[in-house]
Amino acid sequence: MIECLNLTKQFGHFTAVDDLTFTANQGQVLGFLGPNGAGKSTTMKMITGFLEPTSGQIKVCGHDIAKNPLLCKDKIGYLPEGAPSYGEMEVGDFLYFVAKMRGIAANEQKNAVESVIERVNLANVYYQDIDTLSKGFKRRVGLAQAIIHNPEVLIMDEPTDGLDPNQKHQVRELIINMSKEKTIILSTHILEEVHAVFDRAIIIADGQLVADNTPKELEKQSRYNHAVSFVTELDTGLLNEIKALDCVRDVAYDARLKETTVFPSQGLFIFDDISQFLKSRSVKVNSLKMESGRLDEVFRNITQDSREREVVK
Amino acid sequence: MSTVTAIIKRELRSYFATPIAYVFIVIFLIMSGVFAFYLGNLYERGQADLMPFFNFHPWLYLFLVPAVAMRLWSEERNSGNIELLMTLPVKKMDWVLGKFLAAWLFIALALLLTFPMVISINYLGNPDNGVILASYFGSLLLAGGFLAIGSCISAATKNQVIAFILTVVICFLFLLAGFPMVLNFFKLFLPQVLVDAVASTSFLTHFESITKGVLDLGDLSYFALMMAVWLYATGVVIDMKKGS
Repeated sequence: MIECLNLTKQFGHFTAVDDLTFTANQGQVLGFLGPNGAGKSTTMKMITGFLEPTSGQIKVCGHDIAKNPLLCKDKIGYLPEGAPSYGEMEVGDFLYFVAKMRGIAANEQKNAVESVIERVNLANVYYQDIDTLSKGFKRRVGLAQAIIHNPEVLIMDEPTDGLDPNQKHQVRELIINMSKEKTIILSTHILEEVHAVFDRAIIIADGQLVADNTPKELEKQSRYNHAVSFVTELDTGLLNEIKALDCVRDVAYDARLKETTVFPSQGLFIFDDISQFLKSRSVKVNSLKMESGRLDEVFRNITQDSREREVVK
Repeated sequence: MSTVTAIIKRELRSYFATPIAYVFIVIFLIMSGVFAFYLGNLYERGQADLMPFFNFHPWLYLFLVPAVAMRLWSEERNSGNIELLMTLPVKKMDWVLGKFLAAWLFIALALLLTFPMVISINYLGNPDNGVILASYFGSLLLAGGFLAIGSCISAATKNQVIAFILTVVICFLFLLAGFPMVLNFFKLFLPQVLVDAVASTSFLTHFESITKGVLDLGDLSYFALMMAVWLYATGVVIDMKKGS
């Protein structure tokens, strides 16, 4: 479990992280979302004990990291951005080195390394220099060193950045498999990942927490939530009629896709109404579907709002 | 302590994973031989000692030790690896010490490989081997002093070339501090006490007194203090710079 209380980090006059408070619970994958430079990485660097916060408190499994840094670091596995490692070392040697530095007993090191090699699928490159590995393998080496000591807390900075779709899938599977007994925090700006992996998402913009919710709830904030779209030839009269319906807030038409999207009034479920309406007017429709919320839209709204607020200040 | 040992082992292995280590050792051996025989006239002097050999060590180290020290920390910062190191459950000073000791051991190895010098001089005459041993010890301490400075400078910059040049300059200043030319300059505006203080910070004065065969506690503690201060400074600089 990780508790952050009023976390603030300033670099000179620049405030990278501004009064952040949140808790990450065991058995939960907590995602950090936010534009580049929003303070995601800085927050992670503070939780892992790499940077000291300017003010605020961090507790890792109940221990204050400022008072017990080594104990806290022992409980955390960390994959830094870009998965750095010693390039001139062989994969196996590197993992043994990390095992030693992690204080794993000499007679258990072999077990720890072998088990992690198997879990992350590194057996084929065991004797290869890390420098000569592809990006995907390097990332997996980084992941291996992060979980070699079976940490209670796992923190990963953009673990799937730059991987191909298959590798992304593998890494996500691995994360989900581990999520039951661990506290996992990971950052990403790949929104498709949010549904696949996150139990809860925190959106950070300009160092401030602007949203903290489950992906489902976040989606509900989208105007696309429960919207109905269908593909048909443009008929302005029809659109105006639909727009005049009580349950409809707005109608949009995409000329390129010939797709009409009907947005419901607040929280209403309009699929049946629209489908009946179209049937009654015997409009020929190619496809009719209900939209779920769009995270990218919510993300844009929330993070740009905060930009604008900043300008007003 | 086991972490320090593990760090030393890893560092040493990484030195020898590239040809740089061998190149360094070969250059060190050739240069120290060239200096001793051609510039120091080891043969022509007709004396059975290794003074001409050791006298050039400060100048040899002035360029070779910064070359070893420059990558100690700047490379870790440049590759982002420092983030990994500093989030492992290991004390920061263990890293500082481990990396320093590994580099020092490496230089000690290079120094050890000059043993044919000792054999030759014993073959040619009857040198005072006590003095030679003390000189080796002094030479190692001198290298350690330079290395500690280099470690600190290396932590301050991501650029190895800058680390190298700055280390050479600072080591040079610490060598020069004992030269009459420099001391006379300070005499112009400093009281004698402070001039003496400046003189006593010179690597050269302490090194030369050890190579005369006198293992004085003052000289030993000078080098020990020098290394301790610069290594502590390394730790401070790492903390200051790691975020940038």
